[in-house]
Amino acid sequence: MGLFGKKKIASGVDTTTEAANTPDKVQPYAALGLKDDEYARIREILGRRPSSSELAMYSVMWSEHCSYKSSKIYLRQFGEKVTPEMNKNLMVGMGENAGVVDIGEGWAVTFKVESHNHPSYIEPFQGAATGVGGIVRDILTMGARPIAVMDQLRFGEPSNPDTARVVHGVVDGISFYGNCLGLPNIGGETVFDKVYQGNPLVNALSVGALRHEDLKLAKASNPGDLVILFGARTGADGIGGVSVLASETFDSTGPAKRPAVQVGDPFAEKVLIECCLELYAAQVVAGIQDLGGAGISCATSELASNGGAGMRVQLQDVLKRDESLTPEEILMSESQERMMGIVPKKDFKKFKAIVDKWEVEFSVIGEVIAEDRLYINWGHEEIVNVPPRTVAHDGPVYERPVAFPSYQDALNNDSVHAHGLFRQNDNASELAAQLVQIVSSPNQADKGYITNQYDRYVGGNTALAQPDDSGMIRVSEETGLGISLATDANGRYCYLDPYQGARLALAEAYRNVAVSGATPVAVTNCLNFGSPENPEVMWQFKQATAGLADGCLELGIPVTGGNVSFYNQTGDVAIHPTPVVGVLGVIDDVARRIPSGWQDAGHNIYLLGTTKDELDGSVWSEVVHSHLGGRPPVVDLAYEKQLAEALNAASEQGLLASAHDLSEAGLAQAVVESVLRFGMGARIWLDEIQQRDGVDRTCALFSESTGRVLVSVGREDDVKFVGLCEARGIPVLRIGVTDNSGELEIQDVATWQLNDLRGAHEATLPELFG
Amino acid sequence: MKIGVVTFPGTLDDRDAARAVRLAGGEAVSLWHADTNLHKVDAVVLPGGFSYGDYLRCGAIAAQAPVMESIIKAANGGLPVLGICNGFQVLVESHLLPGGLIRNEHQHFICRDQKLIVESNTTAWTNEFELNQEITIPLKNGEGGYIATDETLKRLEGEGLITFRYKEVNPNGSMNDIAGLRNERGNVVGLMPHPEHAVEPGFGPDTTVAMRSGVDGLKFFTSVINSLVNA
Repeated sequence: MGLFGKKKIASGVDTTTEAANTPDKVQPYAALGLKDDEYARIREILGRRPSSSELAMYSVMWSEHCSYKSSKIYLRQFGEKVTPEMNKNLMVGMGENAGVVDIGEGWAVTFKVESHNHPSYIEPFQGAATGVGGIVRDILTMGARPIAVMDQLRFGEPSNPDTARVVHGVVDGISFYGNCLGLPNIGGETVFDKVYQGNPLVNALSVGALRHEDLKLAKASNPGDLVILFGARTGADGIGGVSVLASETFDSTGPAKRPAVQVGDPFAEKVLIECCLELYAAQVVAGIQDLGGAGISCATSELASNGGAGMRVQLQDVLKRDESLTPEEILMSESQERMMGIVPKKDFKKFKAIVDKWEVEFSVIGEVIAEDRLYINWGHEEIVNVPPRTVAHDGPVYERPVAFPSYQDALNNDSVHAHGLFRQNDNASELAAQLVQIVSSPNQADKGYITNQYDRYVGGNTALAQPDDSGMIRVSEETGLGISLATDANGRYCYLDPYQGARLALAEAYRNVAVSGATPVAVTNCLNFGSPENPEVMWQFKQATAGLADGCLELGIPVTGGNVSFYNQTGDVAIHPTPVVGVLGVIDDVARRIPSGWQDAGHNIYLLGTTKDELDGSVWSEVVHSHLGGRPPVVDLAYEKQLAEALNAASEQGLLASAHDLSEAGLAQAVVESVLRFGMGARIWLDEIQQRDGVDRTCALFSESTGRVLVSVGREDDVKFVGLCEARGIPVLRIGVTDNSGELEIQDVATWQLNDLRGAHEATLPELFG
Repeated sequence: MKIGVVTFPGTLDDRDAARAVRLAGGEAVSLWHADTNLHKVDAVVLPGGFSYGDYLRCGAIAAQAPVMESIIKAANGGLPVLGICNGFQVLVESHLLPGGLIRNEHQHFICRDQKLIVESNTTAWTNEFELNQEITIPLKNGEGGYIATDETLKRLEGEGLITFRYKEVNPNGSMNDIAGLRNERGNVVGLMPHPEHAVEPGFGPDTTVAMRSGVDGLKFFTSVINSLVNA
């Protein structure tokens, strides 16, 4: 069968000559995800029908996932709404594999977050694992050593029996792949909501560090340079994954799509990382591109297009796991752990010595040519002859219809007040019960069950990790220069108001970085939405991108790159718009980073910022009342910036013993996390917040007003700290003290033993999934 | 004092182990799995990771690597060797230490700050600890469940070869709470927790004094340097 099959395939190859001679041959472009007008455009570009290999390339590269055809017109504003000041530290902006930021001392950092949502629902373990692998290769491709990962996860309702399948698979996959790569997992998000039941979100972030001079770009520009494919062999996994999976809505009646998910081997990737870093150090690669979505189709066309050159490739020289693969399959395969290097001929010997040392397989599959044309042969027969730019960069661009959602006004009018949600202001025991109910609810409970399955120590440079507000990694062992990273997204806020929701996510990630003592400098994003073919979803997308771009301009930090994931919907039901926003911060010396919890008795506890009656879309409205309506909290980014600067100044003067951002579930959640972080007791009073801000006790505890931070300060620094806040116009109020009581007392509400609170906070996830 | 740190394909904590050696005042020398030359080192660390992808069995392929031939020979001649996590698995697969390490009983990878009791302080790697001292060392493994026959366990207990025992929490279902072992001579020590992750203030486990300030792991490395100086 094998021999016969191979012979049959070899003789049945659809060449470019054949394509020119048989213009009327019917091609399965629709099944490959291309629309009628897109297919017509390909015929126009080529002046003939495409060969089946060309059709395969265009179909994957023009898919939503690779071409950003529905989002492009909105993503442009991330590059337009900027000032020269914002871009002064940007070494590489959007459009490359990942953005690169100058962090000083000759160091640069590259970071990006990417989605692997659809594969992770079909095959959670491999989907999540290869999500980590893919983003790490993006970082590696920039010339950087990957130094950390984070994951942003959204699952369905914990009580749904399918949720455990997805949670276990995804967490095991990340644990298996990330731990085996030797990259510390320093934080992330885990959210449960029924809107993600059939569309879990698995976003993966990676960050890498490099010296300025080591920057690599994905381009092939020098004629005569060798095109070398190295790493794992090419197999049948992930074929069509890009077009068939990521660009189509799940349909429960469709055929099984399991074979389209890639399979990962983290050991091969770890070896590939070390091998690439040694190749970079030896300066033997002129350009490099990882192989992820769209495999060889993407790598060849992008390298050539970016370099303004062309390529001649012999596809039969690709090392295969399965000799029966057809040329189309080889072009589309998404086999993991592969890289394409552009190597000058004079450096080939050195290249070979290094890959041989790491026992990494390679094959020379082609050569760079001056003509801007991509020629791919299968033996003697030409199967691809295209302008590379038309494949890689000149894909279709759509201005999809946009419509204000029909439900939106009713949703916004259904506020906590309009709905008449009852508040237990005068019933201390009910308020206390609500607090425990909230901090033990799946979304607010301790995430240790998940994060303890990830290695946070490897590398020896982890200065902060979960459960702290941000992750922090030392970059320079000589000076202590480091980076801080936090991500955030609140789908409930974004559903109520996608414009504000995106700004809220930005503000929270920004604040999380600021409370660690770092200065926020750059932004990445992963925009998870429903179907772009639904005008109401497109409206959400339009609003969210505008909100994020406007917000970044106000804060003065640029978007350096990101990813869009559409089609996160089952049938007509889309997920809540979930734009995950990641903020990168820089800190001159990680030794001065600020802990997120209380560790010393007798410190004063201050609340920075003011509390408003903002419970719409809050955790309180969800957990206590199962309600979602109204408008999300107001965010003042100019004030957030002032707050961050004040925290930075206080940190530099060594005034802060701890700092913890207030966000979901407000003060109540922050206080509980602060006492439990190191097991330090505290006494808190609410009456002064109520008096100054004119809010009731429910609001004082659970309002999600922005711009607030809980800090603890040693008594010797009290006067200085309060003076600093007042001078900078930051509202500051002493609301408690830490003590050795082993208890948390919130005056006029309740007193809890810390052990009891810890039990409530930490037992939830193990009970659900352990 | 030259201390070799072995890198197998898939080793992850080699750079951390080298840093620990430097912080303890030693000179770290990189040893390559395919090279039998030990470059005249005075001691060897087999660091953590997933050597050869943990294929077949954790540590099984690494135990057959060319560098291990030299290390096994030298260890039998008294060279101090410390196996951490995957390195412990390699020592067990090399029969330098008895027993085996299997999947954690709860089936998950676990990363935690682990309390240990030092039950032997007469080895090359533990002589700076007090007997029965409680220390906190990060632990991170998927296959750290120690197993051995009744006979072996009896011998280990009887001859005082159990060097570290888990305290409060047995994180992986190890028999007799065994976290680490020594050989009779005391030059070879293996354990699942990672002392190289508790050597530098700011990057170790939390302590009651300050966040991430735990440096109990540093004594492994100062111990071996001391034992070499005094040898």
